[in-house]
Amino acid sequence: MPEQSIDDIRRMIARHKLLDHIFAIVGILSLMVGILTLLALFTELAIEGAPRIGWKLFTSFPSRHPEEAGILSAWVGTTLIMLVTAASAVPLGVASAVYLEEYARKNWLTAIIEINVTNLAGVPSIVYGLLALGLFVYKLDFGQSILSAGLTLALLILPIVIVSAREAIRAVPGSIREAAYALGATKWQTVRDHVLPYSLGGILTGTIMGLSRAIGETAPVITIGALTFIAFLPQSPFSADFPYVSFRWLMDSFTVMPIQMFNWTSRPEAAFQHNAAAAGVVLLVMTLIMNGIAIYIRYRFRKRIKW
Amino acid sequence: MVNEKIKAEVRNLNFYYGPVKALKDINLNIAEKKVTALIGPSGCGKTTYLRCFNRMHDLYPNNRYEGEIILHPDALNITGPDIDPIEVRMRISMVFQRPNPFPKSIYENVAYGPRVRGIRRRSELDERVEKSLRGAALWEEAKDRLHDLAFNLSGGQQQRLCIARALATDPEILLFDEPTSALDPIATAKIEELILELKKEVTILIVTHNMQQAARISDYTAFMYIGELIEFDKTEKVFTVPSHKLTEDYITGRFG
Repeated sequence: MPEQSIDDIRRMIARHKLLDHIFAIVGILSLMVGILTLLALFTELAIEGAPRIGWKLFTSFPSRHPEEAGILSAWVGTTLIMLVTAASAVPLGVASAVYLEEYARKNWLTAIIEINVTNLAGVPSIVYGLLALGLFVYKLDFGQSILSAGLTLALLILPIVIVSAREAIRAVPGSIREAAYALGATKWQTVRDHVLPYSLGGILTGTIMGLSRAIGETAPVITIGALTFIAFLPQSPFSADFPYVSFRWLMDSFTVMPIQMFNWTSRPEAAFQHNAAAAGVVLLVMTLIMNGIAIYIRYRFRKRIKW
Repeated sequence: MVNEKIKAEVRNLNFYYGPVKALKDINLNIAEKKVTALIGPSGCGKTTYLRCFNRMHDLYPNNRYEGEIILHPDALNITGPDIDPIEVRMRISMVFQRPNPFPKSIYENVAYGPRVRGIRRRSELDERVEKSLRGAALWEEAKDRLHDLAFNLSGGQQQRLCIARALATDPEILLFDEPTSALDPIATAKIEELILELKKEVTILIVTHNMQQAARISDYTAFMYIGELIEFDKTEKVFTVPSHKLTEDYITGRFG
């Protein structure tokens, strides 16, 4: 006969199971803190901004009259800056990641570089703003332009892109590389034909996550001199004459969504608060859409490639 | 090894993983269009030895070869420091322990080797893909789904796809690194049958853990132990009258 009676054992199991239930409840409550906060924030913004959300918000410039003011210059500015950021951060980040993972010899120098890349992700964004002010705005004479802002944010998210691209590249099994090398492929052929295509999902996901961080950044953009009140659009990227595309918009001054919001919240009139809330909703939705795209891409690639 | 045409001569081959000497002074001739099996307990260096033939060790730092592997008919020293490993891999193909198809279509898997060699014409690629899949006894199963993902094949089919991929480049030597260790007995039987078929065209070097497999398919057998070549002879001789005590102990299952 066992030392404990069957009743003792049952009581013990019941006690242990109680702990199980208690933890499940604690877990759900903890989770709720995060989710409910976001939900409350979003609902409040939506309610407050509701009267101003509409087509007109997107097609109007800022104005002294709150009911006529819109976010046209802000969302166009944000979109163009994101384009510049993506176009510069992605090639730089992916090239760095490929170099570190596939080409670099593993020695103390690469170890130092790796640690620094990770550390860069933790540098306060205002510091990037100061660097950019000195480098892009004055030294390289890009001025207080879309180009300067895009490059600044690119620097800011570069570590995120590098780290996520490296993780994606590392997830490609060594056996796949060996298969390619064994067929006589060079390092570059292996990278181009195998490593990059198979890690594209992870790279894109990381890039979009980085961009969705950049889209809400305010401090570095203010530092390099974003304007808070702009009633004109940058020059069109399309032109009537050959070669039909123009890059003069790169040098135009700009504003972005968070700065427009900041401008409105600092006004005394209550009506502007509604505008700020409406702009906040738009910004949040933009971020959510980007994250949604990232999740979708990851899902698509996971379905196709399973190691 | 009388009356055999020699495909590769291994002379005083030593191999080092950094400071660790993994192969000790190996001398061995590989007969052309025959199957040579490498057997021995885990860690004896048989895979290390196999991977010298296509210079796979060059992919990782601090590896070093000493001695020569002379590839005939042109007496190319495979392990020579001035020989580009890519050139060697263009002539000697490899099939790995676990099936490792690319996450691409069946067609693209087989066509990759020719593509790396600069073949772009569709008709030529088509021809090579069909020939290689036939050579790997996979054509009948795969011909209607050439553009399906390779991952949708079964494990045994994937391994035959890897064999087809290795054949598509017309290799002079085909290296097999325990090609059936991840497969079930039926898939294994198919691969063994295939190897016997393939030796009509190509020289084969196979590492195996399975002594029955070595006895079934190989013409020559090399027994290795702790980085040394203990015995090398015709397979029937190694398995019936081994000249070395260690070999006998290993093949009779006394250790390993």
